[in-house]
Amino acid sequence: MASPSTRIDDGHDMDSVNSGLMREKLSVLVVDNDALVRKVHEKIVSKLKVAKQVQIQTATNGKEALDLHLSGSSFDIILMDMQMPIMDGTEATKELRAMGVESMIVGVTSADARADKEAFTEAGLDQCLAKPLTADKIKSLVETLEKNK
Amino acid sequence: MDVAQLKRQLFEYTTLLFHEGFLDEQFTQLQQLQDENNPDFVVEVVSLFFDDSERLLNELAKALDQQNTDFKKVDAHVHQLKGSSSSIGAQRVQRVCITFRNYCQDKNVEGCLKCLQQVKHEYSLVKNKLETLFTLEKQILAAGGSAPM
Repeated sequence: MASPSTRIDDGHDMDSVNSGLMREKLSVLVVDNDALVRKVHEKIVSKLKVAKQVQIQTATNGKEALDLHLSGSSFDIILMDMQMPIMDGTEATKELRAMGVESMIVGVTSADARADKEAFTEAGLDQCLAKPLTADKIKSLVETLEKNK
Repeated sequence: MDVAQLKRQLFEYTTLLFHEGFLDEQFTQLQQLQDENNPDFVVEVVSLFFDDSERLLNELAKALDQQNTDFKKVDAHVHQLKGSSSSIGAQRVQRVCITFRNYCQDKNVEGCLKCLQQVKHEYSLVKNKLETLFTLEKQILAAGGSAPM
């Protein structure tokens, strides 16, 4: 029942230092209304050798992210853009938490987000990162996931 | 010109673009994301950037041409342009967007119009330079060289 924007990568990485201890699976949801940003973030995540299997899905706004969860999907990490039409990141985060979603939700904001960033964080984010995301930033998210397991 | 000379030319040209601030480390990130599975990744992302930008610049011109400027709308467009330019490392475009947003905040039409001209100019400069970069790469591939990125 994979949506057209699901990708599964088999991370056969013999060079990984922790290949014996490597995470089995990582599922990530990229929520952003900009196709360019979605494409770049999706690629960054898929190239990271942080799990034997990396599954990525995308949503173009908060409502789509919510609908995915309502239809039964769940994710290890949700990368949530702040400003989106129809339903923005702050509202989507509130709704997801109210639904009982305990996944790591990471807000992704522009550097000049100012006051809105506070409301965004208070909606239930685990942390907030500046756009654009980098491989290192996402690697450290996975490390945090592992630590909190 | 042989492959080695072409490669050197490409290297020098790319270095110059970074030096002059047309591109920043985010572009390098994109280059690192490209591989045999996605050999056209950078071109694809940059094409999305061209499409996005041209659409947004048109919308901005229209919005600033209205009798009563809808600054919220203008700001939303600039925000998007800022986001996509930062995602590919188009630093100079991104910088003008920051100033642009400040004029939106201050509801300064004249300032906004000035920024629109500036951002159009920076966009056409970086577009030109990226197209030159891709042409150089194509020449290398045509001359039998391997993918330079």
